[in-house]
Amino acid sequence: MPTTSLPTTFTLNGKAATLDGDPDMPLLWAVREIAGLPGTKFGCGIAMCGACTVHLDGQAIRSCVTPLASVANRQVTTIEGLQSQPGRAVQAAWIKLQVPQCGYCQSGQIMSATALLSKNPVPTDADIDGAMSGNICRCATYSRIRAAIHEAAQSLKA
Amino acid sequence: MATRLSDIRRDRRAFLKNAGAVSVAALTIGFEWTASSRRALAVAGAAPDTALVPNAFLRVGTDGSVTVIAKHLEMGQGAYTGIATIVAEELDADWERIRVESAPADAKRYANFVFGTMQGTGGSSSMANSWMQLREAGAKARAVLVAAAAKEWHVPASDLVVDKGVVLHPNTHRRATFGALVPTARSLPIPDKVTLKDPRDFKLIGQKVPRVDVPAKCDGSAQFTLDTAFPGMLVALLRRPPRFGGTVQSFDGAAAAAIPGVVKVVQVPRGIAVIANSFWAAKRGRDALVITWDETHAEKRSSAELMQEYRRLADQPARSARNQGNAADALSSAAHKISASYEFPYLAHAPMEPLDAVVKLTADSCEIWAGDQFQTMDQANAANTCGLKPEQVSIHTLYAGGSFGRRANAWSDYIVEAVSIAKAHGGDGTPIKLQWTREDDIGGGLYRPMFFHKLEAGLNAQGELTGWKQVIVGQSIMAGTPLAAMIKDGIDPTSVEGAASLAYKIPNISVDLSTTTVGVPVLWWRVVGSSHTTFAVEMFIDEIAHAAGQDPFEFRRKLLGEEPRMKRVLELAAEKAGWSGAPLPKGKGRGIAVAEAFKTFVAQVAEVSVDASGQVKVDRVVCAVDCGTAINPDVITAQMEGGVGFGLSAALYGAITLKDGHVEQSNFNSYRVLRMNEMPKVEVHIVPSTEPPTGVGEPGVAPIGPAVANAIFAATGQRAHVFPFVKGSA
Repeated sequence: MPTTSLPTTFTLNGKAATLDGDPDMPLLWAVREIAGLPGTKFGCGIAMCGACTVHLDGQAIRSCVTPLASVANRQVTTIEGLQSQPGRAVQAAWIKLQVPQCGYCQSGQIMSATALLSKNPVPTDADIDGAMSGNICRCATYSRIRAAIHEAAQSLKA
Repeated sequence: MATRLSDIRRDRRAFLKNAGAVSVAALTIGFEWTASSRRALAVAGAAPDTALVPNAFLRVGTDGSVTVIAKHLEMGQGAYTGIATIVAEELDADWERIRVESAPADAKRYANFVFGTMQGTGGSSSMANSWMQLREAGAKARAVLVAAAAKEWHVPASDLVVDKGVVLHPNTHRRATFGALVPTARSLPIPDKVTLKDPRDFKLIGQKVPRVDVPAKCDGSAQFTLDTAFPGMLVALLRRPPRFGGTVQSFDGAAAAAIPGVVKVVQVPRGIAVIANSFWAAKRGRDALVITWDETHAEKRSSAELMQEYRRLADQPARSARNQGNAADALSSAAHKISASYEFPYLAHAPMEPLDAVVKLTADSCEIWAGDQFQTMDQANAANTCGLKPEQVSIHTLYAGGSFGRRANAWSDYIVEAVSIAKAHGGDGTPIKLQWTREDDIGGGLYRPMFFHKLEAGLNAQGELTGWKQVIVGQSIMAGTPLAAMIKDGIDPTSVEGAASLAYKIPNISVDLSTTTVGVPVLWWRVVGSSHTTFAVEMFIDEIAHAAGQDPFEFRRKLLGEEPRMKRVLELAAEKAGWSGAPLPKGKGRGIAVAEAFKTFVAQVAEVSVDASGQVKVDRVVCAVDCGTAINPDVITAQMEGGVGFGLSAALYGAITLKDGHVEQSNFNSYRVLRMNEMPKVEVHIVPSTEPPTGVGEPGVAPIGPAVANAIFAATGQRAHVFPFVKGSA
């Protein structure tokens, strides 16, 4: 059987990882099916909904359109590896304000919100619109997401 | 074959091996919770034989844990939390020790009373149909635990009190946890009759109890169908006909089979499936399929053509859904006549989790994992598909990443597809996950039907509304399904609800329905008929108020004299929105609308800004809701917020259109939905009530479209008549 599998080595949630797969396979499916980390979700496959958001070298990216081979030697963080102070503040605010409904998009929302707070500790509503409008929530938890980002920003200042 | 990332994968495999070998309940064993408030949720497993199992809805462990068995799907609406709250309230349980498990498919124990003898979730009925059942279940469990303490301590049961999972004898300061009382309680009879709490003594009901599912939904550990994995599991993608009603004429799967990772290419009734060892291989394989379709019976019309036909039908004789007084006479003798028509497109539900199901089929069993919404109907349809008896089909209901009605359908479409693929693969017990893509979802049918509404009204010389005539044209959701028995005299109740039930006091009313036959499969969509009927009614009543020279709020209020609950929410929304206060500046406008859906009453006032280019921004929505007893005010608030956002997607952007039978939208780039920057500020006010609880998942959607349309009119003087209001895509 012909194979297109090749090893790609990168840092996944702080640990060295080598994933063997089709180099064109989107990172989303590599972390889910090869690495066994199911927190990152599939929503659209074309970077229109943000459910698959992970961090690549600290930046929020859509893993559904990111080829596995393109993350070689780089740092990937998924919701399972979210350990940073902004990340924990975001998760705590999400729980405090009871943000999730169906919850399916929330890994992506949390990853986008954390990336925002990591570079902009006190975002305005306009900043939040800019950073979060790529993440769709069909349950429309947007008001609570906005409030929770402000809440997390406050808790990080304290 | 790909080698696996060793360490992470090993953990995952060990976890999955447990899950597969022991029972599904073991799925939760893999989760380690650090905080006490974090509770894993599991699908139903065998009760440990040391637990107290007083009825089908809960069990109490010797460790004091209380497991509540949920017969309803948790799809975001908060059903698990509501169900657990009702049980915990009457049980006087410690909320921190409550966990929730999904019930197996079993209509004898877990039927939805609103649906009759079927188990399922929908129609915003979870709280309404669980209320007395679960209060009794909790109270009986409490009574037997109290009886156990009375027996152990030789004191009268009436001297005992219960608080947060502990039974106390205040006179002697004796105390025992539920867990410690379980062994004795197991030997005692469950009482037939119990006294339920006086609502004044409720401790959890009416409070903002934290949701049971939120912590796991904030760290990626909540388990959806997408996340279900077993050793050796395969992934299938299905190529369905490009036009509705098409079938496979012939296919060539050779190129697909040559893709590394593709295991098998099989034909099933709905199309050609590619089964592979990964999603990516299945997708690449599906892309390589060569299929010739037989489109002899396919629907080839365009939606514009269909709407043109609907407009014509609105002037033809139709079936009467309501006929009161003589609307024709009232209109012909009216001093002032008003008429308008409204057009509603097909809408996709587009839940964030594309449809998916995992099936493990053997010669004598079929196990299904899904965000299952119609458990016993899905069980029966799955059994028919694989040739087993329903009792040989088990369903493990997982969290659903949204549904909005999509996962509840009489064909069990995605479940039947998954079972048929497992059967075509050989039925050898290999777990197979059917995964829909977003394109499959947007183009896959089972839409909210397209509708045309034609309305006419007559005012007398005093400006009083004397006649109302409404003709509704569109497809039936129930026709051709097992639910067709609900169609009486040609009227599908879901086509006319919200219109035939018009609450305004008008002497002459006629509501007619013309049901069309189109080859596009249709389905209920959040708030069902009211997603178009309330939209049309509440936009038209606004037009009538304007024609009568009256304030749209006052006009409605006067017509709701005999509808106290509807009138109350209308008044509350108007008051909180400052309806009669200072007018908004130029370019802004307020609109109001009120609805009753599933016995819940909702009114909304929308404030919009319209800029010089005509761009609409919804700034603020004030919402008043009366859903009877408010079990969890924060969940109710969240559902109103979400209903507003969901309805706005439809009112502003949502449309599935067909060109020669081909769906023109494919993903979120062409099927636009509301985003963060478009979400208004939403303020929710709940009417205090001691009436039995009614649903909140859907009703919040009903008034938002007309409230916004009416606000746009207030801001611009322009009436919108064709949905959606904003043309173009994201």
